[in-house]
Amino acid sequence: MSDPKISIRNLYKIFGDAPEDALTHVKNGMGKPELLEKHGHVLGLQDINVDMQAGEITVIMGLSGSGKSTLIRHLNRLIEPTDGEVVVNGEDVLAYDEDQLRGLRRNIMSMVFQKFALLPHKTVLQNTSMSAGIRGENVAEAEKRNRGWLDRVGLAGYEDHYPHQLSGGMQQRVGIARALGSDSEIMLMDEAFSALDPLIRTDMQDLLLELQKELHKTIVFITHDLDEALKLADHLVILKDGRVVQQGDPQHILLNPSDPYIEEFVSDINCARVLRCCSVMTRNDGNPEADGVIDVNDNLESVITLSGGDTSKTYQVNEDGAPVGTLAMKDLMVWLVPRVASGEVKPDA
Amino acid sequence: MAFYDGVFNALGLRDWCDAGGDGGPLTMAELLAQANNTDVEEASFWNMPFPSLDNLNDACASFGRSRDMTDAVENGFLAIKGALKAVLDPITQPLSWALDGSMALFEATPWYILISLMMALAYYASRSWKIVGMVAATFLFMAFIDHYLAAVQTLSIIFVCTTVSVLIGVPVGILMSKNDTTQRFAVPVLDMLQTLPTFVYLVPLIYLFSVTESKLYGIAIILYAVVPIIRLTDLGIRLVDQDVVEAADAFGMSSRQKLLGVEIPLALPNIMAGLNQTIMMSLAMVVIASLVSAPGLGVLVLSGIRSLELGVGLVSGFCIVLLAIMLDRVSKAALERVNVSHKR
Ligand SMILES: Nc1ncnc2c1ncn2[C@@H]1O[C@H](COP(=O)(O)OP(=O)(O)OP(=O)(O)O)[C@@H](O)[C@H]1O
Ligand SMILES: [Mg+2]
Repeated sequence: MSDPKISIRNLYKIFGDAPEDALTHVKNGMGKPELLEKHGHVLGLQDINVDMQAGEITVIMGLSGSGKSTLIRHLNRLIEPTDGEVVVNGEDVLAYDEDQLRGLRRNIMSMVFQKFALLPHKTVLQNTSMSAGIRGENVAEAEKRNRGWLDRVGLAGYEDHYPHQLSGGMQQRVGIARALGSDSEIMLMDEAFSALDPLIRTDMQDLLLELQKELHKTIVFITHDLDEALKLADHLVILKDGRVVQQGDPQHILLNPSDPYIEEFVSDINCARVLRCCSVMTRNDGNPEADGVIDVNDNLESVITLSGGDTSKTYQVNEDGAPVGTLAMKDLMVWLVPRVASGEVKPDA
Repeated sequence: MAFYDGVFNALGLRDWCDAGGDGGPLTMAELLAQANNTDVEEASFWNMPFPSLDNLNDACASFGRSRDMTDAVENGFLAIKGALKAVLDPITQPLSWALDGSMALFEATPWYILISLMMALAYYASRSWKIVGMVAATFLFMAFIDHYLAAVQTLSIIFVCTTVSVLIGVPVGILMSKNDTTQRFAVPVLDMLQTLPTFVYLVPLIYLFSVTESKLYGIAIILYAVVPIIRLTDLGIRLVDQDVVEAADAFGMSSRQKLLGVEIPLALPNIMAGLNQTIMMSLAMVVIASLVSAPGLGVLVLSGIRSLELGVGLVSGFCIVLLAIMLDRVSKAALERVNVSHKR
């Protein structure tokens, strides 16, 4: 594996008047409720270690108040950490001075916000070209370029509208176009789709995946919704009370929840739709006698449809046309039962 | 025999008291008592006088009287007046020039050009023909009843004072919004400026500047009218949607870019509301300032009062009302326009 694009090392954040003192307590093992009660400090993040690979979507998931927004704001230092390191492209962001930090925010990272945060007095096109204006580039040229992005996110024809004239979903498309217009390698998205209704939300997720297939940006995406996380994530990080409780391949986490907290999340999930064949198949050279051929990236739901509900069938699983394993319907059914934490660990895929 | 004699005797301060001189000239009460040839009433515990400066002075000459105190204040003020004037005079001199220059310009412009200009300005601010019509009607009416010149003088003063108020008020408001300490110190001063009766701060101003200088009334008006624009600029910038400010930070805006590109534009509806109030307060003050030789409609009202000419006073008062409505409508319409383009 190559060097991670973003690497967070031993990150701590404590809100309060004397975070340094509180930090010693936390490092000596004091928990969040105790710290609040005895010292009046809020433990925002503790001992976060996450690597984010270039070209991947890293999803940070957790309930409200688990510290997701706090964490993502450390990446571009909208929030200063109490302790730890944030390394982007091999450089320690925390050592940056004002100018370097502005450079990072202008050129390397862009951000999409839950509440859109568009400039209300600027048109859609002007909003999309905000970055160029900030960098001092030719805005007219940028606007010409950014018409393309607006078209790409499905807003052609709305260039001269003002944000208040658009629906929430359309405003967030502007937010995405604004981030894309800045041409940054890294996109930070803080609950970007949480304010949208479920149908629009699915549209936006599809749009993001489609764009990502072309652009291969490094995306850090925050959500409190496991369905969304599983759909988007290449790497899933689950936060609770400012701690990482589990991180890794989303399918793996789904099948091997390490904590009752995650189990609770997972129990509400439609496994058939989320799990893919590669996660549950038996790895071998394929089986010529199989009843059919399926792809590693097919989800279990499509396999069930294919079988017509017949549990006696067995399928060969192909990746890029070459057989990599087999999947028996009988085994498949077992995977659909919700997982239990630790204890009996299912065989790893 | 004064009431508090006993107290000073008991404290053994008699010598110190008597060293305090002859007690100075008589107070009015003593004079009256002498004239009526009645003795100062014999004191009992029941009608014990309050131990004020005058009463203490009766018993002990070392205490000053209240008149000595007002004298001291006056002398103190006169003592720093020279220094204060040396500093304030050059700083405020441009205000005199601006007021006089603007006045000359307004008066010299032919009426048909000035009224057209006003109509154009009203259109630019409001984009509404109704308001332009109202402006035209107001001016034509006032010109018809021969109040044109006074109205234009008033308008010229308002124009200059509002401009200066904006030039001072917006930066001060921005400073306050950026810095809590500044705000903590500024708010009591603003409260004071707004609650002090106008006459109270006219007094030191009259001592400082000569009544023949136009900056005298200029300063009086600005001190009063600058308050709302400062307050509302401060409020407006503090109320700017923090999500948008965060977005500006996240995309790497410098504080200058943020101020000019985000904070001021988003605070504009509030700043415009402050501007409206500043204009209205300038108008209110320019009438009062006619007491210190500000020309305009206020002078007509004042002469109406002085010579008990009811008609003169009422008609010029009516013109002030017309002017007020006109200024209010135009600035409100401008505010409305800003509001629409800022809806979220
Ligand atoms: N400025 C602050 N001062 C004090 N405590 C704070 C501050 N900002 C955040 N916190 C605390 O840090 C914790 C994490 O907050 P954060 O906003 O990161 O949560 P979140 O996971 O983004 O939640 P949500 O899903 O509601 O946005 C919370 O307990 C919150 O009270
Ligand atoms: Mg949040």
